[in-house]
Amino acid sequence: MSKMYYRELYCGTPVRYWAGMALLGTIVAIALGAAFYMEHNGHWVTGMTNQVVWGLPHVFAIFLIVAASGALNVASIGSVFGGPMYKPLGRFSSLLAIGLLAGGLVVLLLDLGRPDRLIIAMTHYNFKSIFAWNIILYSGFFAIVGLYLWAMMDRKANRYYRPIGFAAFFWRLALTTGTGSIFGFLVAREAYDAAIMAPMFIIMSFSYGLAFFIITLIAAYMWGDRELGDLRLARLKNLLGVFVGAVLYFALVFNLTNLYVTQHHGVESFILLNGGVYTAMFWIGQVLIGGVIPLFLIYSPAFDKARWAIAAASMMVLIGGFFQIYVIVIGGQAFPMSVFPGKEVLESSFYDGTVGAYAPSLPEMLLGIGGIAIAMTMVAVGARMFKVFPESLEDPGESA
Amino acid sequence: MSVKNDQPDMNRRKFVGTTVAAAGAVVVAPGVLLHTVAGADPESRGASAKHRWGMLIDANKCAEGCSACVDACNSEHGLTGHDRPATDAQWIRAVKLKDNSTGHINRLVMMCQHCEHPPCVDVCPTGASFKRTDGIVLVDRHICIGCRYCMMACPYKARSFVHEDLENQSVNAPRGKGCVEGCTMCVHRIDRGETVTACQEACHDTGHGAIVFGDLKDPDSEISQALKSQNSRQIRADLKLNTGVRYSNL
Repeated sequence: MSKMYYRELYCGTPVRYWAGMALLGTIVAIALGAAFYMEHNGHWVTGMTNQVVWGLPHVFAIFLIVAASGALNVASIGSVFGGPMYKPLGRFSSLLAIGLLAGGLVVLLLDLGRPDRLIIAMTHYNFKSIFAWNIILYSGFFAIVGLYLWAMMDRKANRYYRPIGFAAFFWRLALTTGTGSIFGFLVAREAYDAAIMAPMFIIMSFSYGLAFFIITLIAAYMWGDRELGDLRLARLKNLLGVFVGAVLYFALVFNLTNLYVTQHHGVESFILLNGGVYTAMFWIGQVLIGGVIPLFLIYSPAFDKARWAIAAASMMVLIGGFFQIYVIVIGGQAFPMSVFPGKEVLESSFYDGTVGAYAPSLPEMLLGIGGIAIAMTMVAVGARMFKVFPESLEDPGESA
Repeated sequence: MSVKNDQPDMNRRKFVGTTVAAAGAVVVAPGVLLHTVAGADPESRGASAKHRWGMLIDANKCAEGCSACVDACNSEHGLTGHDRPATDAQWIRAVKLKDNSTGHINRLVMMCQHCEHPPCVDVCPTGASFKRTDGIVLVDRHICIGCRYCMMACPYKARSFVHEDLENQSVNAPRGKGCVEGCTMCVHRIDRGETVTACQEACHDTGHGAIVFGDLKDPDSEISQALKSQNSRQIRADLKLNTGVRYSNL
């Protein structure tokens, strides 16, 4: 195998790069404006209410945070599991992970009722709260992945590469366990309260993170006019197929388990049969767009090395994943909480027993999209400043 | 012109020492003074584990069409809405229920159940949701970051998020936009030594008397006697949260 040379990414012409940055900057600025609008007026201008307390920003934030830990997998395969084909991709994998996490956290922070109290969140801890653990897990992730990146890029630090690689791998597993447990530990709501949430979120992160990785990798090599070999992409593609199948499997087990428990029949029929928009999002969004079609694009011999099919499959995995998180976060809240089991609520001023209404507002959407733009900005700046991308990723044996 | 001398300058040392001591005293003194002043006020002595405040609500006595307790709570705590029921704060609400199998119809009021093991306190990342030693579950508005995780965790939908600007707040309950809040069991009254909540008072004044409030740890209190003499239940007793609010005839 030829020696790898890494070089800063110059996207063809300076105009191309700076125009891209200007576009991302504009999207981020709009998102910050939207966040200011929501904070200034209060949350009543959003679709969120006292019934559906977490809205679209949480969907974006959780989606990005879950994807972030998954994006690190490519680096982990290179260092923890010793895959030579993946090792040159490790630097970009780490950079993307940091970017996605930062984007998700900005959205989460700006949707707080009091984002100005970030310092309180960093200094007051209730260690029984999974949120408090997550604050530590997220901060630690930045530190560990930063060190990981350093160990990969600095020859002098190379001896720390493997131990840090292991640490990063275990830390990312802990992080996604924490994210899944936000829902897994909620006894009050029937749609949550299941230990399977944690491993399910881990497998979701594998899938979304890799999909993000593939798309951004193809895009970066296209913009940078660099060589990206088919063999490496095929490896990534096949791995994505396994992950997509695993996500479907976990969704199946999760719902089958619930269907066995009579108490959960209500919430199951809400998600699977008569939940209106949530049912449609589950079947069309999560299962069809996010599962069945990508599997077809990935495994059908007709699209063997078709790059558009790989990109399309990755994009659909992301869209389906977004719907999956939407169904979990919003659908789970919209389903009425069983405050009075065995009773039907005839009257209530607080919407007891009725399906929570939620329609996302434009500012929420803009804030969420801003989170993706922040992630991409960090990747674009990082790739330009550091030697993250190999000069060429042509297949081994072609040059040597 | 400087004098060459290998002896340390003792005056300078003394000066530095005195300055540090004086600055220290200036920093510490106000705190000590304020602590003394605060401790001198009997109202600020804080909660005592000798009490556990609770309520018993008689579903049979909760009258159709009555909103006395809700109105009293709103005026006691300055809960003015904006005519937006989905986002306006509600600390107490009336709910009408029909039994699925028997068709029996009940009416009751719901509010924070002041659990012994409150899920909202467990999940709160900053510790803003907390339980006093006398069993009252509150939100510290100074450290609530508005994440709303407590609202996700509460099995009773007892909490509201302040969705917009506040005006004409009541001194009884300082509130904050972007923070979460809920029933305080009229903690301002309890800390003044009173043992009647606004909702109980209003319910009593209308002649319904559906709400009994008192100390669950005092065997002679009205509520302890009532709980001893009649059958009562906790809502979602299956969660084993040991609520401070109990219901009879439900």
